[in-house]
Amino acid sequence: MPIVVENLSYVYLPDTPMQKQALFDISLTINDGEFVGIIGHTGSGKSTLIQHFNGLVKPTYGRITVDGVDLSRKGVDLRSIRRTVGMVFQYPEHQLFGETVFEDVAFGPKNAGVPEASLEERVREGLAMVDLDLDTLRDRSPFELSGGQKRRAAIAGVLAMKPSVLILDEPTAGLDPRGRDEILAQVQTLYHQWNLTVVLVSHSMEDIARMAQRLIVMENGRIALEGSPSEIFANAERLRGMGLGVPQVTTLMQELHRRGMTKRADIFTLDEAEKEIMQFLELKHHGHA
Amino acid sequence: MAAEALIQFDNVSHVYGRGTQQEWDALLEVNVTIRRGEFVAVLGHNGSGKSTLAKHANALLLPSKGTVLVDGMDTRDDKKVWDIRQRVGMVFQNPDNQLVATTVEEDVAFGPENMGVPTAEMQDRVAEALEVVGMTPFRLHSPHQLSGGQKQRVAIAGMIAMRPKCIVLDEPTAMLDPVGRAEVMSTVRRLNRDEGITIVHITHFMDEAIFADRVMVMEDGRIPLQGTPSEVFSQVEALYKLHLDVPQVTALAHRINAHGYSVPSNTLTVDELVNALCQ
Repeated sequence: MPIVVENLSYVYLPDTPMQKQALFDISLTINDGEFVGIIGHTGSGKSTLIQHFNGLVKPTYGRITVDGVDLSRKGVDLRSIRRTVGMVFQYPEHQLFGETVFEDVAFGPKNAGVPEASLEERVREGLAMVDLDLDTLRDRSPFELSGGQKRRAAIAGVLAMKPSVLILDEPTAGLDPRGRDEILAQVQTLYHQWNLTVVLVSHSMEDIARMAQRLIVMENGRIALEGSPSEIFANAERLRGMGLGVPQVTTLMQELHRRGMTKRADIFTLDEAEKEIMQFLELKHHGHA
Repeated sequence: MAAEALIQFDNVSHVYGRGTQQEWDALLEVNVTIRRGEFVAVLGHNGSGKSTLAKHANALLLPSKGTVLVDGMDTRDDKKVWDIRQRVGMVFQNPDNQLVATTVEEDVAFGPENMGVPTAEMQDRVAEALEVVGMTPFRLHSPHQLSGGQKQRVAIAGMIAMRPKCIVLDEPTAMLDPVGRAEVMSTVRRLNRDEGITIVHITHFMDEAIFADRVMVMEDGRIPLQGTPSEVFSQVEALYKLHLDVPQVTALAHRINAHGYSVPSNTLTVDELVNALCQ
């Protein structure tokens, strides 16, 4: 189910005094089985871009195709596109409304026409995918759950539609470190175990560097940088100029590299940094092995 | 109470839903003194008691047991509540829930107006407060046109206009992007440094806590760990156990030491670790 974006431009409120262009001539492809991170500060166009991926927003110019289907074509079945490309918005728990967890998670698949008989299984599976148990939670009010659980229940509502692509807009915003780690671990599981294609929008360089295979950096409605995390974080100065930044460990390793102490500057996880520094220390203390 | 103490918690416990099935001890015999002019950061995961503690600092909550003294006044004394709230202002997490007026200026005036400050003085206070948070150019804007970081700065200006001795900020950056976070943090640090306002800053972001004079870590309604940022963050294992973050550099120093080296365990910044490794 590749998502192909060709020459996408988007203008808010065209032909009014409030007219504002949010996206400029964007072309990109999200391939099957990829984990793509999108970064950029507020107003850079990230959220507008991802809302095009399942037809919530229509391009002013250009074209989006999902699995070969042009989303702007007349008569296109957007309901089926939205089942395929699941979207988790910021603070998804603000959209919980059901009296029970079951009712809430079942809402999406029910509307999508899933027969009553399969509904229970869908709900069970959606909840299981975020490590929540239907039997324990079935009749509980979603509002009684903890912050992290609420968010997972809201994500379960999207997963119960059985999407093949999952788009998450800042899924850890406002959570404490424990809640954040829980959600990110769930996203990893969804990617590795359930084979979903994942698009993750995040402000956290540390998280995105660790998880994504490919990064897209947005600035002023354009793609400023695109590549693997190591390619992206090699542009530390440019990222800082955009109000972004690089993981602290990357800044450290770049400085050690600059001083000729270590070989690699393209490091953005603790594990790699530890390995690199240990090599340096072993060499320094025991001479050439 | 010692002269330098501004807020003193003596043996404070707080029970929610007493006598019900949901009875829950949110604070357990907490003893803490916030000193005048101090910048205190409070860390701890959700449910650890941080917000409950904060709300005791200006009589939004009263202790079930023990005493809270603010500038010498007991928060349980009904007659002192408004004096206490004038001295200790609170800023909350969601910038959209705190702004009430149609312009930034009116919003900042809301507090002093309710206190009955005369109009001429109020105008001075509003102008001054907006200057302090760097929002003067926006004084005639509608709050809903502002970014999250700007809204929080307006909320802070609303507190400054009350001329408080202390501002308690309960996760003021949790819903902001990195630019908004940086704006709020530089404002808060300036208030503390230049205006001498005592700051109690509750946060999940440990990079905001490393600027503090003192870091307090809460867990299960208690304060198991406190000290200077380098004292607290060097306790890497203890912090992991409490599901809290440590700076990446500190974590790395800890890992290097596990291989038998001895990098200072209180390393917090890139420069400190580079220097330690160069030796």
